[in-house]
Amino acid sequence: MKTTLHRLGVAFSAALPLLSLAACGSSGSTTAADGSVTISFLYDNNEATVNGAKAVVQAFEAANPKIKIESETRPAGTEGDNIIKTRLSTGEMSDVFWYNSGSLLQALNPGQTLVDLTGDPVMKNVEESYLPVVTQGGKAYGVPTGTATGGGILYNRKVYEKLGLQVPKSWAEFTANNDKIKAAGLTPVISTFKDTWTSQLFVLADFFNVQAASPTFAQDYTANKAKYATTPAALTGFKRLEEVHAKGYLNKGFGSANLDAGIKLLAEGQGVHYPLLTGVVPGFIKKFPQVGTDVGFFGLPGDDAAKNGATVWEPSAAYIPKTSKHLDAAKKFLAFIASPEGAAALGKGTPPAGPYRIKGAKLPDDAVQVAKDLQVYLDNKASAPALEFVSPVKGPSLEQITVAVGSGLTTAAEGAAQYDKDVEKQAKQLGLAGW
Amino acid sequence: MTSSRPSTATSPEPPTAAAGRRARARNGKGGRGGNPYPYLFYVPAGIVYTIVFLVPTIMAFYFSMTRWTLFDSTFVGLENFTDFFAEQNLRIGFQNTLIYAVTTSGLKVVLGMALGVLLTSRIKLRGFLRSVVFFPVLVSTVAVGITFSVLLKPDTGLVNKALALVGISGPDWLGDANTALLSVALVDVWKGVGLATVIYIAGMMSIPRDYYQAVAVDGGGAWHRFRFVTLPLSWPATNSVIILSFIGGLRSFDLIWTMTRGGPGFTSDVIASIIYKQYQAGFFGLSTAGNVILFIVVTALVVPLTRFLSAREVAA
Amino acid sequence: MRALRRSGPELVVVLLAVVIFVVPFSFMVLTAVKDEVQSAELDFGWPTSWPIVQNFVEVIEARDYVLLRAFLNSTILTVVAVTLLVVFCSMAGFVLQRRAGRMRSVVNFLVLSGLIIPPAIVPTIWVLQTLGLFKTLPGLIFVEVAFHMSYSVLLYRAFVAAVPRELDEAAMIDGCTGFRLFFKVIFPLLRPVTITVILTTSVAVFNDFVNPLYFLPGDENATVQLTLYNFQSQYSTQWNLLFMDIVLITIPPLLAFIFFNRKIVAGMTAGAIKG
Repeated sequence: MKTTLHRLGVAFSAALPLLSLAACGSSGSTTAADGSVTISFLYDNNEATVNGAKAVVQAFEAANPKIKIESETRPAGTEGDNIIKTRLSTGEMSDVFWYNSGSLLQALNPGQTLVDLTGDPVMKNVEESYLPVVTQGGKAYGVPTGTATGGGILYNRKVYEKLGLQVPKSWAEFTANNDKIKAAGLTPVISTFKDTWTSQLFVLADFFNVQAASPTFAQDYTANKAKYATTPAALTGFKRLEEVHAKGYLNKGFGSANLDAGIKLLAEGQGVHYPLLTGVVPGFIKKFPQVGTDVGFFGLPGDDAAKNGATVWEPSAAYIPKTSKHLDAAKKFLAFIASPEGAAALGKGTPPAGPYRIKGAKLPDDAVQVAKDLQVYLDNKASAPALEFVSPVKGPSLEQITVAVGSGLTTAAEGAAQYDKDVEKQAKQLGLAGW
Repeated sequence: MTSSRPSTATSPEPPTAAAGRRARARNGKGGRGGNPYPYLFYVPAGIVYTIVFLVPTIMAFYFSMTRWTLFDSTFVGLENFTDFFAEQNLRIGFQNTLIYAVTTSGLKVVLGMALGVLLTSRIKLRGFLRSVVFFPVLVSTVAVGITFSVLLKPDTGLVNKALALVGISGPDWLGDANTALLSVALVDVWKGVGLATVIYIAGMMSIPRDYYQAVAVDGGGAWHRFRFVTLPLSWPATNSVIILSFIGGLRSFDLIWTMTRGGPGFTSDVIASIIYKQYQAGFFGLSTAGNVILFIVVTALVVPLTRFLSAREVAA
Repeated sequence: MRALRRSGPELVVVLLAVVIFVVPFSFMVLTAVKDEVQSAELDFGWPTSWPIVQNFVEVIEARDYVLLRAFLNSTILTVVAVTLLVVFCSMAGFVLQRRAGRMRSVVNFLVLSGLIIPPAIVPTIWVLQTLGLFKTLPGLIFVEVAFHMSYSVLLYRAFVAAVPRELDEAAMIDGCTGFRLFFKVIFPLLRPVTITVILTTSVAVFNDFVNPLYFLPGDENATVQLTLYNFQSQYSTQWNLLFMDIVLITIPPLLAFIFFNRKIVAGMTAGAIKG
């Protein structure tokens, strides 16, 4: 049985390259008789992305009448990850696509699938410090779309004012604030576990503090030397999650509440703290106009008030797959995205949620409050990129584990140990060195 | 019956042994002059099935033994299978899968039969009730999942508001680890019971009236009619409902995914959702191995069950 | 007295059925006609304003009228796939029931496998690419036909068992065999089960969500279930439009149901019992 299967396997692996050779090129790209070109552009269907992308496309088409861009959307999240991988591996990718930077990009095998943009004029306006998150094996593959986003606590400034609270710089101050808020009859910490990804912030946004306490963590972690369960600084994030639940700070029905409901609580002031990404805010301005001004941001407080900072998620990027038949047009489009004009156009579609990563692009004066708050951290150099931008290792089940810890189903220590196992599985499946 | 395939209304067992014998005898004789039942009839279905289903499936069996990123694959033998069994939440997954399949198929049998009896009786509004009960079968699972997630919300949800009227404070159905899986199972029953009911109605309507008259002559009441005529003679229908909803329940995935994503935590994970999460995480080889295991598990449970049920049928 | 005793429980049952089965649908409709802010409350409250037309227009116009293209695509997909299923599977089911032999056990095994094994997405895409059918409507049609084949063959096989062999024999005496025997004599008799197959598979194909996502990507190729994504994303949901969309895409199955309602029980009767 085993030998037959093995032989079958060999036969199929021999047939595979043939199949991928037979795969056809990218679609939706045509050259018309008058020399005008149509390229396709794929992005996710978050309202914020759609509005921003549409605005950039419009501005670009106005400046380049010979290039037409056909937009295409895909679902966001892991479903979207698979669509991207499937389309890249089957040679069916659009001419330009918008996708995460950092560890998710690493999983796309960029060396094999994407056009190398290292040193290309396309990159001339991209900030140097952004490059690592779109680089693999010394080659850069993308230009930033949109703005950096901060991970930490979104808070209601009106309520802070009314209760006379100060932005906390340490966990002890944060807890003291929570107690006062609770005494005032409001929800101190909003949690929305129906949208499982929102449960991860206490762990992921704590990375600034992890790095402050243990500067080599990212490196050791990637090399399979440091673990969440055995590194006290890293375990803290899980403990915090456990603590806010145990102290009864959460809103009622947190288990089935979703992001919409959470933002509503925050915007209307019934809930005061919401561990989240600033990038979420612009998408809600239409529904709750007050989130632009009433909601502020601070980094997740750590133990030490002297080492206070914020964890930052780098913007996504636009990439060109090797299968694109209109490389010149696609590069022109990327160069536009990575220019101050492109950034301004994008900002018209979706207000920026944090600083730009493009030279010469500035936050407008009427930017949302959370973006201004985040800019302060960056200006003070009190920020660190999230772990997923400095390490390819990220377990897929973190959001389920943090829901379990945050609902009191699992202890922090158990959750951290589960996550270590989850990470091990991922590293093995991706064939990373040292695992 | 929430798998993405529709469920069949018929029992999949082969025709009776007698029919088989007759057929063999006739085929033996009719050798000359071309068979009246040409194998050519298999060809159109066979071509589509082979190309679009069989070939990819066989390729997938190979990939279950590789570490596969979609961009390249390395042969790792049976490692994926051992990794799959080492999955932390696999035990919960197996338990939940069984609980889910047994609960949904059990409830569909009981409620389907009860509704079947009711809707073959001379009740008023029979046509209306039949339509109302069957309609959820036609609505897409995604739409049903979205709607019930909303109705089952703890504060604003209609279900808890209704319970509050009678003084019960309902739980956070989908957000609470104790109720999440069962809540989804109940919605599954809500969506699928219409099909079970129709199968029962069909079965009950074909029971000859004479049997009921015989019971009436013997002086039996409604209970006797049910116990000695309806129940045994609708056995083929029961058989179909059990098999279909049990296979559906074991493979069930889309409703669970829309409503809880296996959560909170891992508490409502079933095997199919574990596999899907691995797939989403990009562990393509591992998730394919999971599919092979699921296939073996379903076969191992369903084949004996089919045997057992058809044996009962012959006896009954 | 008797009448009262009879209608008491009847009333209870009817009321229960209405509550359990009708209330969720009224919730869908009610949410579909609210404005965006009120719909986000997700309660059963009476709408404070009635932007029915506006919601309807917004749903239709979203993403450059994607919903209309989706309806067209879904209709073509469903009609063609179901037609092929009926023709192919009735033929296969007929021979499978009538002709014994080793072939029969092989086919039976394949049919059962099709019911149990979940399809493999990426290899299927490769196969379709080699044939030049990936990202085409015909490609997706073949996928749907292949994935719903086992179910339909089973249904036909069970029903053919109820058609007396004497009929075949009588037709054969008249010199009718093979295709003529099947299409002239047998197929018309299979009408009830054909209706069942049409109704159930067309609903399944029309409501399919996963396969179009993988085998026919792209806005211009959208099918109706994918339009649900337009109003629901990772960050925010426009509940009123989402439910308006749900209501709109539920209308075709509803129409099919009203049209076939009486016949479905007949088809099931014939199929379930004589299998």
